[in-house]
Amino acid sequence: MAEKIISAQNVDFHYENDPEDKTPPKQVLKNVSLDIERGQFTAILGHNGSGKSTIAKHMNGILLPCGGKVYVDGIDTCDEDRIFDVRQRVGMVFQNPDNQLVATIVEEDVAFALENLGVPTDEMRQRVDDALKSVGMYEYREHSPHQLSGGQKQRIAIAGIIAMRPDCIVLDEPTAMLDPKGRQEVLRTIRKLNHDFGITAVLITHYMEEAAQADRIVVMDNGEILMDDIPKNVFSNVELMKRIGLDVPQVTELMYLLGQSGLPSDTHIISEGECADALALLLKG
Amino acid sequence: MPMIKTEGLTYTYSIGTPFEKTAVNNIDLEIEEGTFSGIIGHTGSGKSTLIQHLNGLIRPTSGKVFIDGEDIWSKDVKIRDIRFKVGLVFQYPEYQIFEETVYKDIAFGPKNMGLPDDEIDRRVKETAELVGLKPETLDKSPFELSGGQKRRVAIAGVMAMEPKVLILDEPTAGLDPKGRDKILGQIKEYHRQKNTTVLLVSHSMEDVAKFADKILVMNKAQVFCYEDTPEVFKRADELTGIGLSVPQITRVFLDLKKRGIDIRTDVYTTEFAKKTILEYLENKGKRGGADA
Amino acid sequence: MLKDITIGQFFPGKSPVHKLDPRFKIIITGIFIGMLFSADGFIALGVGIVFLIMAFLISEIPFKLMLKSLKPIVPIIIFTSVLNIFFLDGAPLLKLGFIKITAEGLRTSAFMVIRIIALIMGSSLLTYTTSPITLTDAIERLLSPLKKIKLPVHELAMMMTIALRFIPTLIEETDKIISAQKARGADMESGSIMQRVKALTPILIPLFVSAFRRAEELAVAMECRCYQGGDGRTRLRQLKSDGRDYFALGLSIVFLNIVIGLNIIFG
Repeated sequence: MAEKIISAQNVDFHYENDPEDKTPPKQVLKNVSLDIERGQFTAILGHNGSGKSTIAKHMNGILLPCGGKVYVDGIDTCDEDRIFDVRQRVGMVFQNPDNQLVATIVEEDVAFALENLGVPTDEMRQRVDDALKSVGMYEYREHSPHQLSGGQKQRIAIAGIIAMRPDCIVLDEPTAMLDPKGRQEVLRTIRKLNHDFGITAVLITHYMEEAAQADRIVVMDNGEILMDDIPKNVFSNVELMKRIGLDVPQVTELMYLLGQSGLPSDTHIISEGECADALALLLKG
Repeated sequence: MPMIKTEGLTYTYSIGTPFEKTAVNNIDLEIEEGTFSGIIGHTGSGKSTLIQHLNGLIRPTSGKVFIDGEDIWSKDVKIRDIRFKVGLVFQYPEYQIFEETVYKDIAFGPKNMGLPDDEIDRRVKETAELVGLKPETLDKSPFELSGGQKRRVAIAGVMAMEPKVLILDEPTAGLDPKGRDKILGQIKEYHRQKNTTVLLVSHSMEDVAKFADKILVMNKAQVFCYEDTPEVFKRADELTGIGLSVPQITRVFLDLKKRGIDIRTDVYTTEFAKKTILEYLENKGKRGGADA
Repeated sequence: MLKDITIGQFFPGKSPVHKLDPRFKIIITGIFIGMLFSADGFIALGVGIVFLIMAFLISEIPFKLMLKSLKPIVPIIIFTSVLNIFFLDGAPLLKLGFIKITAEGLRTSAFMVIRIIALIMGSSLLTYTTSPITLTDAIERLLSPLKKIKLPVHELAMMMTIALRFIPTLIEETDKIISAQKARGADMESGSIMQRVKALTPILIPLFVSAFRRAEELAVAMECRCYQGGDGRTRLRQLKSDGRDYFALGLSIVFLNIVIGLNIIFG
């Protein structure tokens, strides 16, 4: 069995209510158990308010469970003394690229975490350069963040995390505010880091095409895990996905519609190539 | 007479500095009243600059803009009146909300127009209902609402001015699929009820394909084409050529064509794709039958 | 519009002045200010000016830019000179009713004006040739001995860095909010002062709300990157000083001594 880098066990979570408010607080996470294996690329889907961002924030101790436990590489995230060990192992990238860059120069921003961790300067230089190269932003190292596009800023944010040499990177809707080009850049970067450097990736997204590229999809609904499977199997549940306010790739939807009209079709198809193959067979045959 | 017309519209930023850039270049455009048009283009293709010209937020470097036949920069036109005629909803409009209650925030535009109170009241209630806000929400503070709700408050704020032209810049950015469909559906419904001319700027070909009658494609500060939606998708190959992402389903049909299957490629929605395939099979059945 | 404001007013270059260690540059600027304020007479002041002109010529900053830096202080200059010309006692050169102009007044006023101009030009030279981030860095390091007396030096520097980082973002945001409210018919260009102040509400409230949201998100992002205050932090950028820095510092001290010497001779 592969090694677990993150293990959430029976996690309950709710935000504290106003002391005046006597109604019971709304449960954001209900008994959620989820293991992330080392090297895996997992996508988490769910509509707004499904709890997907909340579970992500548990993965590096930004939020602590009200019930249950979260372990990162065996470390309990509630262990205050080891919180920085947790955060070094699991880095986090957020939605708004502007609100996570601290410094006025790209390379200084990438160095921020290393400066905080007290990494010696020579090693820091090396790690910053490596991180910038791995996201393809090395030539922009002396730029100021506000001169960059959204996709570029997001790649700098990723580099700032990668420089810590984490085991896992959690991305909370990193593409939501980007244009299609920026989205592509960011997704390509995530896949490269996962594939070439073996960094475990957890991607929270609203875009089904992005989720389709993951090894595994976890679907959250109403604070619970509704499905947890490979993308093909998840998207084949077209009706269920639509019912919980999600979508499926257009090609899957087409296969579903064809099936409805009585043609032989397979809703496990999630990529353009597979779809074209299947249709070619159908149309030529 | 077209609702919107531009003649040689050109705008250059930071003239005389090293950052000089022509954002829109010599644009001639006519948009008929009552159409629902999508505007597509890369970031930096000039679409944002173009729409800000249409309600006079930007004054062209050269060229003219006519709204409802009026040259908006002629001396006897008050630019503020143009802004009431052409409502513009910016990207992430929820960040412009400022009033204590949802009601007051939606009423801000109509109030600026100097409308009587009962007319303001009618408009606020009507648009709030249209964008799916419950009556009790109107008395709440907009800052208590969820992101999607705030977005709808902000859009209602512009709709309540009942402009003749409604322009929306990426109204669905950052929303989940359900939220996306909901807002687009409400915009379509508003369009249907009021026969407003609508311009929808979007990065999502899928969204535009589903809702717009016509599509304006911007590329490199110029109009690449402005045609009926099916016509535009007939040129899907060219669109990918200028680096725009056509819907996934369109790419599949382009692929099929390449594989030697004689099928139409102006397919952009899944429903239409299904119909196309069924028709193809039916025709093939007939042909096959004739051959035998 | 707002975008046209140059913040920090840094003009990148490769001159020896640009390349000086920013810590030395700050100290030298301090010494220069010392020269200006210790000078008693025109000759001593002249020595300080010579020092400024030298630094300025080496820096390759266009003269036009230096003049621009004086624009905001024109009212102060006028005010000072008027005050000195008319209200200093002495033998009158010219008398109109109760207004009299004295040689003493003219002299003092000229002296003050030259001193203010030199002061502004000198400090502008510092900001023109040093990027805001390096300047912050240098200030942090120069002040670091004060940590012993519990002055939050690192925190102050961090605040400055974040402010510098977010100024362009917030300016852009302000522009956007103004446009959005104008599109809703907000009238900001006419009306009485009270009306105009009121018209700012639709801009200021969204701006504050957004600034708080950004602050919250940034704080979480910083925590994720293990930020824990200034203790035990290392830095990517090392400030290195070499012979040139010491030479420049020595030179400024020599000039300061000349100024003081001249004061003694002529004083």
